[in-house]
Amino acid sequence: MDFLYLIDKSVIVVVIFLISLLIAMYSTYAERKVAAFMQDRVGPNRAGPFGILQPLADGGKFFFKEEIIPSAANKFLFILGPGLAMFTSLMTSVVIPWGGTLNIAGRDIPLQVADLNIGVLYVFGVVSLGVYGIMIGGWASNNKYGLLGAIRASSQMISYELGMGLSLISLVMVSGTLSLGEIVEQQQGFNWYVFKQPLAFFIFMVCAFAECNRTPFDLPECEAELVGGYHTEYSSMKLGFYMFAEYVNMFVSSAFMASLFFGGYQFPFIDSLGLSQNVTVLLGTLIFFLKIFAFIFFFMWVRWTLPRFRYDQLMRLGWQVMLPLALLNIFLTGGVLLWIDN
Amino acid sequence: MKEATIFGEDQATGNDKVYNTLNLGPTHPSTHGIFQNVLKLDGEIIVDAEPTIGYIHRAFEKIAEKRPYYQVTPLTDRMNYCSAPINNIGWHMTVEKLLQVEMPKKVDYMRVIIMELARIADHLVCNTVLGVDSGALTGFTYMFQERERIYDMYEEVCGARLTTNIGRIGGFERDFNKDFRKKLETFLKEFPARFEEFDRLLTRNRIFMDRVIGVGKISAERALEYSFAGPNLRAAGVDYDVRVMTPYSSYQDFDFVIPVGTDGDTFDRYMVRQNEIRESLKIIKAAYEGMPEGNHYADCPEFYLPKKQEVYTTIEALIWHFKIIMGEVDLPKGEVYHSVEGANGELGFYLISDGGRQPYRLHFRRPCFIYYQAYPELIRGQMLSDAIMTMSSMNVIAGELDA
Repeated sequence: MDFLYLIDKSVIVVVIFLISLLIAMYSTYAERKVAAFMQDRVGPNRAGPFGILQPLADGGKFFFKEEIIPSAANKFLFILGPGLAMFTSLMTSVVIPWGGTLNIAGRDIPLQVADLNIGVLYVFGVVSLGVYGIMIGGWASNNKYGLLGAIRASSQMISYELGMGLSLISLVMVSGTLSLGEIVEQQQGFNWYVFKQPLAFFIFMVCAFAECNRTPFDLPECEAELVGGYHTEYSSMKLGFYMFAEYVNMFVSSAFMASLFFGGYQFPFIDSLGLSQNVTVLLGTLIFFLKIFAFIFFFMWVRWTLPRFRYDQLMRLGWQVMLPLALLNIFLTGGVLLWIDN
Repeated sequence: MKEATIFGEDQATGNDKVYNTLNLGPTHPSTHGIFQNVLKLDGEIIVDAEPTIGYIHRAFEKIAEKRPYYQVTPLTDRMNYCSAPINNIGWHMTVEKLLQVEMPKKVDYMRVIIMELARIADHLVCNTVLGVDSGALTGFTYMFQERERIYDMYEEVCGARLTTNIGRIGGFERDFNKDFRKKLETFLKEFPARFEEFDRLLTRNRIFMDRVIGVGKISAERALEYSFAGPNLRAAGVDYDVRVMTPYSSYQDFDFVIPVGTDGDTFDRYMVRQNEIRESLKIIKAAYEGMPEGNHYADCPEFYLPKKQEVYTTIEALIWHFKIIMGEVDLPKGEVYHSVEGANGELGFYLISDGGRQPYRLHFRRPCFIYYQAYPELIRGQMLSDAIMTMSSMNVIAGELDA
C-alpha cells in the first residue's frame, strides 16, 4: 500500500461523500418539484431560477432554527439519534462500484472505495444499524408519538430486512459472489440480473421502500396519526439530519438496485462504441447515475400516488407475503441451477 | 408509562395490565378542528376512548336570542363551515316557515342549485381528506381545485367564499348573474371527468380499500339509536334522506337516487358520499335547465329589503329599509321545526318565537354532535390508524360539534 493509493482512495471517498450529500440535497428539491408536477402545482420557485437554490435556503434555515431539547429527554441519546441515522446512511455507499477502472498516468484506479468480498453482507450490516438512529431518537425524546414511531420503525425494518436478505440469497446463488464489484462485472451488456431474477428484484424493491420509510411504508413518521413520528420532538438541524438521512438512504438504495439488478455502470454496446477506456468508464458512471435518478423518480412517483398501509397490514405483508415469496424464489433458483448443471 | 389515571382500573377483566394513555388532540394534524380524544392504548390497539368537546363552544343559540332574525344567518355559517350555504338556506327556510311565506319556484330552484353545490364541496372535502389521512395527498389537491370553482360561484352570488351568508329571508338578494351561469356551465361540463379521475385514483386502490373496509363499523340499529342521519346513516343501510322524506324547496321535482351502503363502515361512508356527489350533479343540472321564470324573491315586503332604487326615491321604501336593517320587524308568535339535509346529515332548526324581533328560543340540531357521541364505540378494539380514518370519514367538523 503506497502513498498514492491512499490519496486515490481519499479523493474517491471525499467525492462520493460530497456527491451523496449533493444528491440528497437536491432530492428534496426534486421531491417537491415532482410532487408539484403530479399535483398540478408550481412547487418551489422563489430561491434562484426555478427555485434551484431552495435546498441551500432550507439548509441555512435549519441551522438558524432554535434548537429545542425537551427537558424530559435523554440529552445524550437525543443528540446521538440523528447523528447515527446520518452516519449509517452515508456509510453504506462504500461498497458501491460507481464505475469501471480509470487509467491515469499508468495507474489503475477503480471507482469504488472498497471492493469487499462480502459487500452485500456489509450492506446489510450497516443498514441494520440504521434503525438504531430512529429507535434511539424516538425513545430518547420521551414523547408517546415518538415512541410509537420508533416502535413501528424498528419492527418494520426488522421484518423487511428478512425479506430483503432472502431475496438477495437467490441472486447470490446465481452470481456466486458477494462482492458488488463482481456482480456488476457479470452483468456485461444486457445480462442484467433483473431478467434472471425478476421476483428477487421485486421483493428487494418493495423492501427497499420499507427500509427507506417511504410511502406506502412511511408509518414511522406518518403525519396523520403520529404527528411527526420518531422526529416529533426534533427541531433545527437535528430534524434536518433525519430528513437528510432518509434521502441519502433513498439514493443509496437506488444505487444498490441499479448495481445489483440493472447492470450498474454497464450498458449495452458499451464496448462497441470504440471509445478509449477512460471515456467509457466515465460514460458508464454517467449511465449509472441516470439509472439511480430513474429509481429516485420512481420512489417519488409512488409516494405521491399511493396511500399508506396500516401497521398490521404492513406486518402481514412482510411476514406472510414477502418472506414466503423470497423463500420460494430461493427454491426455484436452486432447482433451476441444479437442472442446468445436470 | 404510567397507568391511565382517568380510566382507573380495568374492572371488567380485573387484570392489572398497564395501558398507555395517548392524548389525540386537541391540536393534532388529523383532528381537523379542535377536539380531544383521550385514548387508552394497548400497543396500537385502542382499548377505550374518551372524547372531549367544548374547545370552541361559541354559544350560537344564546347569541341568536339577542339578535334580529336576519343577523342569525352569519352565525349559522360558522357551524359546518364546509357547506355554509346549506346552513344559511336552512335557517332562511325556518324563518319563512314561521312567517308562512310561499316561495316562488325560481327561488326554490336557485336554492337547490346552491345547496347541492355546497353538498358537493362538503363531500369533496370529506373524501379527499380521508385520502390525505391515509397518505394519498394527490387526489386532495386535484379536488381542491374543483372546490375552488364552487367557491368562485358562491362569490358571484353573495360575494363571500367560506362563510357565505348567502341569500336572504325571502329569497336571494340578486339573481344569478352572467358570470355565475358561465362558471356553473363550465363546472357541469368539466367537473365529472376530473371527479372520475380522482375516483379512479383512490376508490379501487387496494391499499386504500384495505385501510377503509371494515373500519369504524356501525350497525343500522346502533346508528338509529344514536339518531344518526345523512351519509353516515345511509352508509349503515337506512335510506333516510330529508330531501325525500319531507321535501323542502321543491326537491320533489327532481329525480335522484339515494345511495345506500350495507356495512356502515368507513368504505361505505366514503362510497355513499362519492355517489351523492354524482347525484347532486344530476340535481344541479336538472334545476339549472328547468329553472322557471320569475322573481328571485318572495312577496314579503316586511322582511325582504326593498330595491335600492326605491329606497332612494320613495319614503315608504326608506322606512321599511330602515326597519328591516335595524331589526325592528316583529315576527308572529309560533313554534317551528324545520330540517334540511345538510351535507353531514339532518340539520334541524327548532325555533320558538314569542312575537318579538328576535327568537325566544333556538336550537340547532347539529349532526356532528350526534356522530361524535358514537365515536368511542366505533373505534374501540381497532388500531390507532383506524381511529383517524373513522374520524375523517364521519366528517366531524369542529365548528358544528360544540353545542
